[in-house]
Amino acid sequence: MSNSFSGPLDDPAADAGWQESQPRKGFFTDTSVCIGCKACEVACKEWNGIPEDGLNMLGSSYDNTGALSASTWRHVAFIEQPARSVEPAVQAEPSRATVGLGMPAVGLPGDSMDPATATDFRWLMSSDVCKHCTHAACLDVCPTGALFRTEFGTVVVQDDICNGCGYCVPACPFGVIDRRMGDENTKNVGIAQKCTLCYDRLGAGDTPACAQACPTESIQFGDVEELRERAAARLATVQGQGAAGARLYGEDPGDGVGGSGAMFLLLDEPEVYGLPPDPVVTTKDLPEMWKKAALAAVGLLAGAAAAFLGGRP
Amino acid sequence: MGASFGRGGATNFLQDLQHSDCIVIQGSNMAECHPVGFQWVMEAKARGAKVIHVDPRFTRTSAVADKHVPLRAGSDIAFLGGIINYILTNDKYFPEYVLAYTNASTILRDDFVDVDDLDGVFSGYDPETATYDTESWSYAGVEGMAAAGSRNPPAHAGGESEESQAARGAGHELGGHGAALAHGQVQTDTTLQDPRTVFQVLKRHYARYTPEMVQEVCGVAPEDLLEVCEAVTANSGRDRTTAWVYSVGWTHHTVGVQYIRGSAIIQLLLGNMGRPGGGIMALRGHASIQGSTDIPTLFNLLPGYLPMPKVGAHDDLDTYVDTICSPDQKGFWANARDYTVSLLKAYWGDAATPENDFAFDYLPKLTGDHGTYQSVMNMIADEVDGYFLLGQNPAVGSAHGKLQRLGMAHLKWLVVRDLNMIDSATFWKDSPEIETGELRTADIATEVFFFPAASHVEKGGTFTQTQRMLQWHRKAIEPPGDCRSDLHFFFQLGRKIRERLASSTDQRDRPILDLTWDYPVDEHGEPSAEAVLKEINGYHLSGAKAGQLLSSFNEMKSDGSTSGGCWIYTGVFADGVNQADRRKPGRDQSWVAPEWGWAWPANRRTLYNRASADADGKPWSEQKAFIWWDEEQATWTGHDVPDFPVDKAPSYRPERGTGGPAGLSGDDPFIMQADGKGWLYAPSGILDGPLPSHYEPHESPVANAFYSQQANPTRQVFRRSDNLSNPSGEEAGSQVYPYVFTTYRLTEHHTAGGMSRWLPYLSELQPEFFCEISPALAAERGLTHLGWATIVTARAAIEARVMVTERVVPLAVGGRTVHQVGLPYHWGVGEDAVVTGDSANDLFGVVLDPNVHIQESKVASCDIRPGRRPTGPALLEYVAEYRRRAGITVETGNVQRTPPTSHEHGLHPRES
Repeated sequence: MSNSFSGPLDDPAADAGWQESQPRKGFFTDTSVCIGCKACEVACKEWNGIPEDGLNMLGSSYDNTGALSASTWRHVAFIEQPARSVEPAVQAEPSRATVGLGMPAVGLPGDSMDPATATDFRWLMSSDVCKHCTHAACLDVCPTGALFRTEFGTVVVQDDICNGCGYCVPACPFGVIDRRMGDENTKNVGIAQKCTLCYDRLGAGDTPACAQACPTESIQFGDVEELRERAAARLATVQGQGAAGARLYGEDPGDGVGGSGAMFLLLDEPEVYGLPPDPVVTTKDLPEMWKKAALAAVGLLAGAAAAFLGGRP
Repeated sequence: MGASFGRGGATNFLQDLQHSDCIVIQGSNMAECHPVGFQWVMEAKARGAKVIHVDPRFTRTSAVADKHVPLRAGSDIAFLGGIINYILTNDKYFPEYVLAYTNASTILRDDFVDVDDLDGVFSGYDPETATYDTESWSYAGVEGMAAAGSRNPPAHAGGESEESQAARGAGHELGGHGAALAHGQVQTDTTLQDPRTVFQVLKRHYARYTPEMVQEVCGVAPEDLLEVCEAVTANSGRDRTTAWVYSVGWTHHTVGVQYIRGSAIIQLLLGNMGRPGGGIMALRGHASIQGSTDIPTLFNLLPGYLPMPKVGAHDDLDTYVDTICSPDQKGFWANARDYTVSLLKAYWGDAATPENDFAFDYLPKLTGDHGTYQSVMNMIADEVDGYFLLGQNPAVGSAHGKLQRLGMAHLKWLVVRDLNMIDSATFWKDSPEIETGELRTADIATEVFFFPAASHVEKGGTFTQTQRMLQWHRKAIEPPGDCRSDLHFFFQLGRKIRERLASSTDQRDRPILDLTWDYPVDEHGEPSAEAVLKEINGYHLSGAKAGQLLSSFNEMKSDGSTSGGCWIYTGVFADGVNQADRRKPGRDQSWVAPEWGWAWPANRRTLYNRASADADGKPWSEQKAFIWWDEEQATWTGHDVPDFPVDKAPSYRPERGTGGPAGLSGDDPFIMQADGKGWLYAPSGILDGPLPSHYEPHESPVANAFYSQQANPTRQVFRRSDNLSNPSGEEAGSQVYPYVFTTYRLTEHHTAGGMSRWLPYLSELQPEFFCEISPALAAERGLTHLGWATIVTARAAIEARVMVTERVVPLAVGGRTVHQVGLPYHWGVGEDAVVTGDSANDLFGVVLDPNVHIQESKVASCDIRPGRRPTGPALLEYVAEYRRRAGITVETGNVQRTPPTSHEHGLHPRES
C-alpha cells in the first residue's frame, strides 16, 4: 500500500486499503452531444433527495443553477460564444500546454452583429460533476473519516459521520464539495455534500441516475479504464470532423489530481466551461511539507538539545 | 399529411432517423421538446448525417446541428418554395419515383387558375364567404368531390352565420385522410410536358420562389438557402435519403397545413417517402396527442378519422358513407362502411341493428363549429353551461388567455381534472382580470369542481406516441387520496347519468341508455383499461368466431357481425394478446423493433413502404432496401410489415373502373389515396389551396412580397370587440406594433405549466418568465439584460425579464430590419404554483387555420418597451392607448381578401 498523495495510481480503491476492490467506476461526459436538457440535474436530485436550492433567474444563458454545490451535484453549464478560431490543444502534455484565458470579448455580446455571420455562433453545453479524483484532497483532509474511498474507487461522504467542519470545502481544487445551507428543517443541513456517483445504485449493479437519464449518451458510465479508451477514440472522431478545439479533460493520470474518475470531452478550453485548467490536489505537497516540518522539528529539537547540552559543558 | 399521402400520422418512426443521410428540422425545437427521440438524430449525426435546423431562433437543437438557418417566423412556405424551385429548375428530382408514385403526370382541368394570375388567390375564391369552390382545382375528367360533404351545406342552416360556421365545421377531417375522388381513373401525360400536368403547374407556381425572393421574404441569405438545397438534394435519390421533421412550430399558423404540404412536395419530388431514413416526422406536442386525434378529442372527428356527421348533410348511414368516399375510388377508404358499422356496434351493441341503420341516428350531428375557440365565444354569449377540463389549462395554454378566462366566468359549472390546482381552476380568484377589475370574484357564478387526477404511473393504459405506436403502461402505485384516473371518472359519470335516466321513456335518452357501458372493475372500482382496449380493437359478434377479437380491420363487416371502436387500432389485440404491452428489447430484434409496442395501422412502422421499392418491386438500392417483392414466394417482404396488399404483384393492373383496394395497381404505394399516388398537387381535401403559396401571418409588420393578398384569404377570423387584431403590412398603424414575436417551450417546463410549475426541481431550472431579444433590439429599445420589458399587442400587455442573447438575430426583410422577440409560454399568474409569471399566450388573438381550426399562436406582431407593465385598471388603459394610436377597429386585420395595393399610398403606414 503506497498511500501516495499525488501522481499516477492504478487502483485508488486498493490504495485506500480495499482487499477486493471493484474495477474503478466513473463518468465520461461527452459535451459534444450534450443538448442541455438538464435531465441529469433533475434525475440526480430526484434519486438522491436533494432539496431545491433557489428559484432565481441568473441570466447566464439557460443556466439558472449556477454552479455545483451541496444541493446541486450535476450542473449543466451553458456558454454562448461567438465563433472564433481556437488554437488546437497540445495533446502531448495537456497539463503543461499554454491556454487562452477564455475571457469574454470586450463590449456587449453581439455589438458587431451582422446577420450574414450570425450562424457562426456556438452554444456550448456541458454537464459538470464531482471528479472523483484519483487523489482526493477532500478525503485527505477530512478529520472524521466521513469522506471515504469506496470499493469502486469513488469518493463518498457519509452523512451520519460528517460533523460539518468544512475542511474539505477549500481543499477541493474544483470547488465541488460544499456544506449544505438552509434552515433546521433542511435535510443534512450543515453537512458536506456532493455527488456519490450513486454509491447506492452502484452497489445494486445499477447505472448512476444522471447517466441513466441522459437521452443522448452525453453522460456515459463505466469502468474508468475503458472510458479513457472510449474518450480517446471519441476525441479522434470529433477532431476528424473538424472540431479543432476539442480536447479531453481529467482523463490524464499524469495531471495534478492523478486523473479523474469523471472525465470530459470539451470543445474549447476548460476555463470556458468554468473548469480549472490545471487542477492540482491541494494535499499534493503534504508529504513534502511533513518532511520539512519533521526536519524543522528535528532541527529545533537538535537546537534545543544542543542549547541544553551545550549549556552544560 | 392526410391530403398528401392518405393518413394523418408521422410517416416513419423515430428510430428510423438513424438511417437518414440528412435531417432537416424545421418548425420544431426537437432537442428541447423531444429530447428522448432526439437521440436518433444524434445517432444519425454520429453516422455522418448532416443535421440542418431552420428556425427563427438558435435553440438547443441548433446548438448540435451542423447548420442553423434563421428565418423570419411565419415565412416557411417561401423557404420551402425556394427549395422546390431549386429542385425543379435544376432537375434534381428523382424522375423514376416522381413518375411512378406521385400525381406529377396527372392532367388538371383547364379552368384552374393559379395565384399569380389572380393577385394572390386561386380560382374559385368567393370574397363574400372567404372560401373556395374547389371544383376548378380537380383533375381533368374527375369531377371534384370534396370529402365528407364539405361542399354540401346543411339543408336547414338557419342564418348566414350558422352556415359559415357549418362550412368551418367541415374541414378538419380532411386533414385526417386522403380526400375523395369520384373515381381513380385519371388522365396522364407521362412525358410531363403537357402544360396542364401537375408537374408543369408546379414548376410555374414555384418559379417565383427564387433565392432573391426567399431572402426578401424570409431574411435568409442565398448562400444559406443554397447550402440547404444542395444538402437535401445530394442526400436524396436511390442510395441516400433525407428526413424532414416538424412539430407545432409549423402547425400553429393560419397556413400551417400548407407548411406541411410544402415539405410533402419536397419529399415526394426527392423520392424520400416510404423509405428508410426518409419521410416526414410529425412530432406531436405531448404524450398521446397522436392518440387523441386517432380516438379524437376533436369535435368533428369520430375514431379512426371518420368524419363527424352533420345535420342535414348526413341524415342516414348511406348518405354519410357516400360522402366519405366513392366506391369507385381506389384504396381502403372505400371500406368506410365496414369501419362505421363496426364503430356503431361497439358503441351500441345489440341496439345497433340493420333495421335501425345500426343506430346511426344515435350519433350526435354537428350543427356548426364546436371547436374550442368557438365554444369559448359561445360561453361569453352565455350559450354554454358547463365545461370539462381534463389535463388542459386554457387560461394559460390557449391563445387569447383573457377570452378564455372571461368565457369561464360565464359558465354555470366547470370541472377541472388535473394533477395540480392549475390557473384555470383558480381564475375566479387570481386571474389577471381580477387584478384589473374586469372580473370580481363575488360576481362570478361559475361553480368550479376540482377533481385530483391520477398520474400515468398511477393507472394502467396506453400512450399513442408520435410515431403512431401504442405502448401499454402498467400501474406502478395506487393513486394517493382522492386521485382517480380519467377512465374511472368517465365510467362513473356515465353510470350515474344512466342511473338518473334509467326510468326515462324519452327517445332522446336512448343513445345514452343503449350504450355498452359494462366494463369490469377492480377492487378499487377502477374499470379495466384492457377491456376498453379490447373494445377498441373489436370483436367477431356472430359466426364461427363469435366472441373472438379481430386481428385486422380487413375482417370488419358492414352487416353488423363485427364491432370495433377505432378501425385503425384493430390488431392491437390480435390473437387475444395485448400487442401494445410487448417489451422485447431492441437488442433482441431487428432495428425496426416490430415487437416493441404496436403501431397502427397493422403494426407498420414506416407508412407507404411499398415506395421503398421501385415500380418493379426491387429495392431502389442495396443500402436502402426495406420492403421488396419476392418473385418466388409471390409476396411482399422485408424489414417491416408491408403497407400494401401482400400478394399484389408490382405488375398488377386492375380492370378499368375497379374501386376500393382491388382498384390499386401494383405500383400505387399510397393505398389510402383515391388514385393511389402521393399528391404533389391536392385536387381536393384542402380548403385553402391545392399548392402552398406564401401568405403573411395574420399579424405581420411586413407586406406580402408576392402579391397584394396579405394573409391567407380563407383564414378564419372573428370580428369582435374582444378579439381585436394589430394592423399588418401596409395597413395604417402597423408600425405601432413593429416587431415579430414567437412563442415556444423550454425543456424545463411542460406546456401551460400544469406538470412543471408545481415541481420545485423543474421550476428552479427556469424560475421566471423571460423574453429573448437580440443585442440590437435591446439597444434600439433601451432594454437591459435581466431588466424588465413590457410586451404589448391589441389584446394585452405582459411583462417579462429580459434575456439579451446573440441566439436571436435581426433579419433583413424587405429592405428593412425585422426584430423578433422570443417568449416561452409556460407561466401563469395562478398563486398555487411554485413559480408564477405573465402568460405569453395572453398576447394572441383568435384567428384560425381554415382546414383544422388551429390557432395562429406561433407568430404575431407586438411592441416591446423597457420596464414593468402598469397594474390594475391602468393596464387596460395602456393597451387601449396603443390601440388608439394604431387606429384599431373590429375590421382591422380581419379583411380576408386584401384590396389591391394602391402604390401611391403604399409603405407609408401611420407612424406612432
